Amino acid sequence: MDSPLLRVRNLSVTYPGDDGDFRAVRNVSFTVGRERLGIVGESGSGKSTTGRAIMGLARPPARVQADELLLGEIDLRQQSERQLRRLRGKRMAMVLQDPKYSLDPVMRVGDQIAETHRTHLGSSKAEARAAALEMLQAVHIRDPERVYGMYPHQVSGGMGQRIMIAAMLIAGPELLIADEPTSALDVTVQTQVLSIMDELVRERGMGLILISHNLHLVSSFCDRVLVMYAGQIVEICDAGSLADAQHPYTRGLLAALPELGRKRGELPQLQRDPAWMDDIAAPLETRSRKVGA
Amino acid sequence: MSILLEQVTVSYGRGAKRFDAARNVTLSVAEGEAFGLVGESGSGKSTVLRAVAGLIAHAEGRVVLAGEAMGKRRTTAQRKMAQMVFQDPYGSLHPNQTVDQTLSMPIAIHKLGDADRRVSAALEEVGLGPQHRFRYPHQLSGGQRQRIAIARALILEPRILLLDEPTSALDVSVQAEILNLLSRLRREHGLTMLMVSHDLAVIAHLCDRIAVMNRGEIVETTTADALAAGNVSNPYTQQLLRSNRGFDPSGGELDLLDSGAIR
Repeated sequence: MDSPLLRVRNLSVTYPGDDGDFRAVRNVSFTVGRERLGIVGESGSGKSTTGRAIMGLARPPARVQADELLLGEIDLRQQSERQLRRLRGKRMAMVLQDPKYSLDPVMRVGDQIAETHRTHLGSSKAEARAAALEMLQAVHIRDPERVYGMYPHQVSGGMGQRIMIAAMLIAGPELLIADEPTSALDVTVQTQVLSIMDELVRERGMGLILISHNLHLVSSFCDRVLVMYAGQIVEICDAGSLADAQHPYTRGLLAALPELGRKRGELPQLQRDPAWMDDIAAPLETRSRKVGA
Repeated sequence: MSILLEQVTVSYGRGAKRFDAARNVTLSVAEGEAFGLVGESGSGKSTVLRAVAGLIAHAEGRVVLAGEAMGKRRTTAQRKMAQMVFQDPYGSLHPNQTVDQTLSMPIAIHKLGDADRRVSAALEEVGLGPQHRFRYPHQLSGGQRQRIAIARALILEPRILLLDEPTSALDVSVQAEILNLLSRLRREHGLTMLMVSHDLAVIAHLCDRIAVMNRGEIVETTTADALAAGNVSNPYTQQLLRSNRGFDPSGGELDLLDSGAIR
């Protein structure tokens, strides 16, 4: 593998609280290359906080610490707020769960896409508009001219999310973090949005971090999967070999999932072992079928 | 038959602006059966559920519950027969009322009496204890809240339980607990269940027969086994099935999108 796009070593995010600090993310280490990396875990596992910390969006009172947080050659820990703003959108971008909340309700969607282009590439109005129309086409919107002039409330959820993706990718970032990008969408629309994201990420040779609670989705979409529990990565494995996962938490989650065509009277319930909360000493290696077998 | 719907139509607006949220829905659910309704948002599945619950006064068509035809306005006894559990336990419980108040309310409304015993029995039924009784919703986890919502429905001893996406707001591990709870309650009380979900695996786990809705109409009625075998005829059902299997790397979705076959 060529040099990773993102290198994270011992990332921790801590929120101070009345009863001591809450460690939302604990010593998380991983790298992202030109691949699709999935982060799965239940609510509160720290998967979103990890994504936000990489983007520099974990604001005080949260404390972010890392031994290494490198985007290409840039040390993200050393960046000022101003410098970070220049990186967000240009070098790394984030798509959030619900387009209803992440798009500006009083701005035409096309202008929102064009704005990113102008901000980061210093283009003229006409250039930015042309680029935005092209981008709308790239996310498979069939009538870009018409959609350009629409407001967010006039578009469907799936279309809104495609517009978000267009806005995020127009300045050509090398890393896209998608935090539950399809959870607010209908199942039939989910796969389309993922297909579009997949196509663009492949074409542009980008790295993608897909954060999701949906094990099926992550294992069918990503190349590698990180499993988080209580702020730590408990398992890293090739997506194809998720079924052979070793950690009892991952196995418990998979077993608890109802499955079409496998009718069980009772679903096995996840028994949480307090030992899973203990700090994991060494960073984990990716478990693949070859190594694990 | 425990639930019988004949040509149920729910429409909003009139003339050219008329919109049918549910159109000519006919279905029957046997006593003790669990029946599922799937479809995407706006397909009318929740509307059907609400019509069965008697929450839509202007619903047209016939609704028969346990052999009794429902009128425009339901009697207290009729309301007691079918109880509903909603999707989001964060929204369906009153934030300023304790669990005890939430569960005592239906007892008071239906003048059942013996509130103290009923509340503690209902809590036990859903796997909670006396320590949860005087808590507020914000002091409970999502799974515990959904258990309270189920207890509130059960406390009236209904024959029919209506479930509107009861696990979609919950984590996978909590979803398993709630699904197990629902299976057990159905078994022990012989409850008839009508459940709505967009998750085919969840529906197929609990229900034997499943109706697929699209744009207000039932487009196909099938069984969990046929669904699992991929043995469905309606193109919309097939698409739903594909989407439920996760991401398809073949890119077929994009071809469909470009051809305008799906929006």
